[in-house]
Amino acid sequence: MSLCDLSAGTLWRKLQSGEVTAVAATTDYLNAITQFDGQVAAFLHVDRDTALAQATNLDAKRSRGEPVGLMAGLPVAIKDVLCIKGEPTTCGSKMLQNFRPPYDAHVIEKLRAADAVLLGHTNMDEFAMGSSSENSAYQVTHNPWDLSRTPGGSSSGSAAAVAARMAPVSLGSDTGGSIRQPAGLCGIVGMKPTYGRVSRYGLIAYASSLDQVGPFSTDVTAAAALLEAIAGHDPRDSTSVNQPVPSYTSTLDQPLQGLKIGVAKEFFAEGLDAEIEQAVRTAIDVYRGLGADVREVSLPHSKYSIATYYLIAPSEASSNLSRYDGVHYGHRTESATSLNEMYAASRGEAFGPEVKRRIMLGTYALSSGYYDQYYVKALRVRRLIREDFDKAFADVDIIAGPVTPTAAFKIGEKSDNPLGMYLADVYTISANLAGIPGISVPCGFTPAGLPIGLQLLAAPFQEERLLRAARMYERETDWVTRKPALA
Amino acid sequence: MVSDGANNTMAFPRETVLKVASLARLQLTPEEVDLFATQLGATLDYVARLDELDVSNVEPMVHAIELTNVLRDDVLVPSLPRHDAVANAPKTDGKYFLVPAILES
Amino acid sequence: MHYQPIIGLEVHVQLQTQTKIFCGCSTAFNPDQPNVQTCPVCLGLPGALPVLNGTALRLAIKTAMALNCQIAKFTKWDRKQYFYPDLPKGYQISQYDLPFSFDGQVELITNAETGESRPIRIIRAHLEEDAGKNVHDETGRGRDSMVDLNRAGTPLVEIVSHPDLRSAAEARQMLEELHALLTYLEVSDCNMQEGSLRCDANVNLHITKDDGTVVATPIVEIKNLNSFRFTEQAVEYEIARQWKAFQETGKTIKDAPKSTRGFDPDRGVTTIMREKEEAADYRYFPDPDLVPVTVTDEQLAAIRSEMCEAPAVMRKRFQSEYQLSAYDASVIIDQGRLLAEYFEATAKLCGDGKQAANWVTQDVLRVMKERKETIANFPLRPEVLGSLIARVTQKQLTIKSAREVFADLLTAEEDQTPAPSMAQIDEIVAAKGLAIVQDDGAMETAIAAVIDKNPKAVADFQAGKQAAVGALIGQVMKQLKGADAQAVREKILTKLSGG
Ligand SMILES: [Zn+2]
Repeated sequence: MSLCDLSAGTLWRKLQSGEVTAVAATTDYLNAITQFDGQVAAFLHVDRDTALAQATNLDAKRSRGEPVGLMAGLPVAIKDVLCIKGEPTTCGSKMLQNFRPPYDAHVIEKLRAADAVLLGHTNMDEFAMGSSSENSAYQVTHNPWDLSRTPGGSSSGSAAAVAARMAPVSLGSDTGGSIRQPAGLCGIVGMKPTYGRVSRYGLIAYASSLDQVGPFSTDVTAAAALLEAIAGHDPRDSTSVNQPVPSYTSTLDQPLQGLKIGVAKEFFAEGLDAEIEQAVRTAIDVYRGLGADVREVSLPHSKYSIATYYLIAPSEASSNLSRYDGVHYGHRTESATSLNEMYAASRGEAFGPEVKRRIMLGTYALSSGYYDQYYVKALRVRRLIREDFDKAFADVDIIAGPVTPTAAFKIGEKSDNPLGMYLADVYTISANLAGIPGISVPCGFTPAGLPIGLQLLAAPFQEERLLRAARMYERETDWVTRKPALA
Repeated sequence: MVSDGANNTMAFPRETVLKVASLARLQLTPEEVDLFATQLGATLDYVARLDELDVSNVEPMVHAIELTNVLRDDVLVPSLPRHDAVANAPKTDGKYFLVPAILES
Repeated sequence: MHYQPIIGLEVHVQLQTQTKIFCGCSTAFNPDQPNVQTCPVCLGLPGALPVLNGTALRLAIKTAMALNCQIAKFTKWDRKQYFYPDLPKGYQISQYDLPFSFDGQVELITNAETGESRPIRIIRAHLEEDAGKNVHDETGRGRDSMVDLNRAGTPLVEIVSHPDLRSAAEARQMLEELHALLTYLEVSDCNMQEGSLRCDANVNLHITKDDGTVVATPIVEIKNLNSFRFTEQAVEYEIARQWKAFQETGKTIKDAPKSTRGFDPDRGVTTIMREKEEAADYRYFPDPDLVPVTVTDEQLAAIRSEMCEAPAVMRKRFQSEYQLSAYDASVIIDQGRLLAEYFEATAKLCGDGKQAANWVTQDVLRVMKERKETIANFPLRPEVLGSLIARVTQKQLTIKSAREVFADLLTAEEDQTPAPSMAQIDEIVAAKGLAIVQDDGAMETAIAAVIDKNPKAVADFQAGKQAAVGALIGQVMKQLKGADAQAVREKILTKLSGG
């Protein structure tokens, strides 16, 4: 039996107790990558020697009787949006094809300090813009449940790697749903923490006021452990919040008493597939069965969230991506002679169509004469969206609903229709605009055998409550034990 | 719950696409210019739904979490060795970043 | 037809922090070792994030207080977006609609002799990061430009004045006044060679035509003036150029947009850099990576309490308290706060401000110049100089003797470590017999002896050669070192005239 067959949480506990060595776990996962990644294409870069060396060191440390960090040798796959010192870090873009950061992202430092084993970088939509991996400059990642379908995105590789049991856990980033959506489509756990809970230092920015790093895992327990390892204040990120990190793993198995769950009627309106609705409503019934008080809440401005997001995120992105100009790092054209030609050609050659579209949209929304009409207006609506949540959370502890309107779609199905692709983010985007935490947990399968996700949202810094609520549901169901046939 | 705006043909003028691309220093192919004219038009048409709301009395929300006064002490932190600073440069003499001649005027 | 120049300045001041505004790299001036003071933040690497330097904020607020500005209770950071190789992020972190300070004024001395002054209004002062430095190929062969990011991220305060200045000389004075103010406060070293104080000047003319109507010439921004002299020369040239251009073309502000020119100090002319065919679209928006800053009255009071006296205030006080002329007060103040403090300590100790001013502006400054020393390293401390001057005012030493002691103290200083002391004054005076001779008897004897020994000089004098008396005085003085030359002269004259 391969250690990859264990749930991530079980493996983590065995690593912690010393029942399993880090080398054994790492070896099994590296073998799984060899075996399956040819079909899934989740990884962009696997550094086997470094991973095994980290595992070996950790085991040696343990055998010397030294204390071992929280991750205890658990292998982690990393979305290519996070800088790893000296390792290729491309952000899924041709622009950064040869880029090797001279520094580690804060979360990478934290993982090293917590004795995690870094498996390598995973595929993603270029600069985290997209929902399918089709915007990656390098490869298209396949959904392990149906290789003709997308795993979702933009953290496509991190989700597919965990779903295919090529990694027990992984890190993604979520700007408009880029963790929760692929987790839902891949049948795994994925969590976006509160904005400010996890440092963004070393996270290559897409939309700075929305981006947040979070964990993927086959189960809630290891997701909680991974979040506990990466969360916390970082003085290098001005938007990182200085609040203590609770020990999520130690309270995880305590059920919440008197849990009040809100069901937002706007999340069950037109556009939601019946099979998704069915699965989500059944999941909510599980909570009822556990004694939760389920009541309706309203998020009246949620219908404006996509429009708001697709002004704010591209505006910030157009600015964040100005640094890729072919001067200090990244792609430079061979063909230009003047400086301005060099800028335009380098950027024109190395950015893919979706990145260009968003840069264009954002540049326009910030330009003179349109700034108030588009960008500032969106910021005002953003506050209304946040206030909807504040009101709702005055009434309920958790808001439950679907993650996506449909299950995984076919690769290529939406690639000619960017706006159609944007609309699929309808249920995840408002959490980013409001800055609140959200988690996607598996809650069933479509008749075609595609995974369905349940999304739980909570008020800012209520990650502990969110994880415990997710764990309550997980214990009552066996979805997390299901694996794609491939793995 | 939302209409799919992809078939909407309210195109964005080509000249505007070119002007925005020039501001953003993005070289576009003629095909991209046409494509973006259509697609940006559709997106802007979609986002026009925000005009349904009167938000004139709502404060813009720039940050997801409203913090103030995050300051660091004026204390030196070691810089990168020069080798590392220029290591990723597309063109360098080992000391400077090199760019095509900057011509004033 | 006549014209009135209308001039406003935009001044960039580097704050004297240890580290850059948003990262921990050094701000030291280091052009010889490019790209050694950089990190992921100031290189603008993917994923790096800025955190505001608290000292930069405090120094900026001090600057604004010195400019008598209002300090905003709430301020934020905006991105000013443009592409340039010395700007690694593709945007500069700056302040747009809510600068941390605004509405100030600086008193400009318009007449050095009388100390007359006029307020120059400040529109705003905001905090931002400096860019790096592009080094251009000077050979004209179009080779690559080189980019050094050591300076990228140095904290800058940009001070924008109203167009209240009316001549090139006033533009220079304004810059000098800011220099004095900011170095006094120790918010900047204002080293212009190193670019710590740089200035752009907006210049145009208001022309009154013969029929009484007034028209304005197109506004020209002269960029990157890095010395007082160049500022004055550039504005002077630009005024003449615009006047000539108007006479030739008649073009007014309505016919041409604002343009940008550079100053070529070798030729003493301004040359066109760019015509602004359209206004740049910087797409300012609030930086989502940085959070706003709020300041309380208590914090402002604490900063205010650290402020020293402003030079303009000190200048007036020196005039009234020490009876200095406006000119002398300015000479002292313009040398910087340490010299002003040196003067004041000396003046207090010797009890004679005018004498202290003479010594400081003549002797001390001369020696500092010869030795290329700053006042901080000047070996004679105010106690010693004050004590020396006191002996002159108390008529224990002549000025001439005091100068000799002053010189000896400084010479002696060169080969001994402890700074010259008051005890050494006494030693030198005693060794050289410089004490003023109060004893008339001794003087009488000496004079009599000299007259006896110099019959020829006496004869010459009596034959009408007034100058001959000089030799006699010299000989008496040689014997009586501390004697008052004036008294000796009078006594000899009395004697020779048959007294
Ligand atoms: Zn730095």
